[in-house]
Amino acid sequence: MRESTLHTDSITATDATHEHVAEIAAPSGNKRMILNMGPQHPSTHGVLRIVLELDGETILKAVPDIGFLHTGIEKNCEVKTWQQVVTLTDRVDYLSNLSNNLVYALSVEKLIGDIEIPPKAQWMRVMLAEFQRLNSHLVWLGTHALDIGAMTMFFYCFREREDILRIFEMFSGQRMMTSYIRIGGLALEPPRGWQQAVGKFINAFPSKVDEYEELLNNNPIWKRRTQGVGFVPLEDLLDLGVTGPMIRAAGVKWDVRKDEPYSSYDQFEFEVPVHTENDVFARYRVRMEELRQSARIIKQALEGMPEGAWQANAPKIVLPEREKMKTQMEALIYHFKIVTEGFRVPAGEVYQAVESPRGEIAYYVVSNGTSKPYRVFMRTPSFGNLQALPSLLEGRLLADSIASLGSMDFVLGDVDR
Amino acid sequence: MLPDELKDHAAAVALDGAVPGAITGGHTERKEPTLWIAPGRIVEVCRYLKDQQRFVRLSAITAVDWLPADPRFEVVYMLHSLENNQRLRLKCWLAESECEIDSVTAVWRTADWYEREVFDLFGVRFRNHPGLTRILMPSDWEGHPLRKDYPVHGHKYSYQDE
Repeated sequence: MRESTLHTDSITATDATHEHVAEIAAPSGNKRMILNMGPQHPSTHGVLRIVLELDGETILKAVPDIGFLHTGIEKNCEVKTWQQVVTLTDRVDYLSNLSNNLVYALSVEKLIGDIEIPPKAQWMRVMLAEFQRLNSHLVWLGTHALDIGAMTMFFYCFREREDILRIFEMFSGQRMMTSYIRIGGLALEPPRGWQQAVGKFINAFPSKVDEYEELLNNNPIWKRRTQGVGFVPLEDLLDLGVTGPMIRAAGVKWDVRKDEPYSSYDQFEFEVPVHTENDVFARYRVRMEELRQSARIIKQALEGMPEGAWQANAPKIVLPEREKMKTQMEALIYHFKIVTEGFRVPAGEVYQAVESPRGEIAYYVVSNGTSKPYRVFMRTPSFGNLQALPSLLEGRLLADSIASLGSMDFVLGDVDR
Repeated sequence: MLPDELKDHAAAVALDGAVPGAITGGHTERKEPTLWIAPGRIVEVCRYLKDQQRFVRLSAITAVDWLPADPRFEVVYMLHSLENNQRLRLKCWLAESECEIDSVTAVWRTADWYEREVFDLFGVRFRNHPGLTRILMPSDWEGHPLRKDYPVHGHKYSYQDE
């Protein structure tokens, strides 16, 4: 059993004995209460534990306790070859696998230096990363609305998500742990008929977003539960390391896709939605507009998808085609070398950031020139964002905590790694 | 001393002038500037970079274990300026015998969890941190998993022994 003690100024997890609680009087004169929320609480969307100190209905202090899902992925990376690590990156943030694949592939490609990713692979990466954003935002919207009481949203969102997962399955053979973006390109050739599947989905999708907004935008219960809730001053959000839709809902127009374009995002036309109200409703509005913008990017990718290779011309890094492997001596040798010992990556270090559905995801990858990474540090958006949780909860009503928590959109696998 | 390749980096030059002697080296590799900072000066440097050079965001803090090299640990700070759309990396080298450095939580509050993580996984201690406890591993855990001398398999809690 995990025994956990939380050390903060006035509250620790061991305080949760009734005797100790009774000793401390809350400012109102009432006895304060320590409430243990999680780690198995449905609205924390994973194994997050929060120790809440309450004065009646008001939260005086909130202390998040994380680490229940720590699986040592960063340590594990150090004993895998460069290409093998891709499968581990899927499992960091299980709602945005492709963003994780992408940021890892980009950072290793940056380390390698002289590898050129063909345009088709780059556009494919963009398209799938945007599908992943739709997928992640749909799961967020469905579960967040369910938490607040709008149950129908959950069914609508998961209906569309199912179609997206089918598209992922079509491309990679996997619905969730796709590992589709590899160092040097993609894992497999895009399947025959992908245009039809993507086209069918993306033509119907904007009207689905209208449907969601129709249900929620003017819904009095939704508005009263979200408007003005979960406000934190922008300076605090930045100081606490918050990124992504949360700071865009506070008026900061910063999106890694625009400001540090990668994987040919600069060739696409899209807006970065910004709101300034900085509450749960504004975060919802930003994400809804991001759904539309992502659909726009996918549509451009579908219409303008370049022809050509889907893998880099780098025989020492990319596995040869099956046909060549059986007919050409070199291809067989490269295949043997890549599979048995992997490829070597020049010594050095890179920090590569990507805009994931939750914010800035960045990998700091260090190589010492061998066929395994020396260190892979994952700067995950959920870890950065979750640190702002006490600011969102403290001094507010307990009933609002679920709305505030949901508006952060964190994934615990992404927090604990 | 400011290295030649960073002589045209405005923030680095300004830092060298404002906090003389803090920069011990650095390089620009793959277009990413890195400055080596004397460990004792880190808070001063971060304060200056945040207040005067507008690096309002601290993206992350992490560490790298270079066993058996001496100094063994490298503590890495990823800074980001939204206004100038610019990133900067700071590095401090720490010897194993004195792997302790001042906390920058007073400069950026986000440093809190990142420093706890580095402490948890590498055993680097941060002076003046408001609550330096383990964050990812259980509080009674022994050892620091991301150190290079910590085995991937064969630890006493390994499932292989069961």
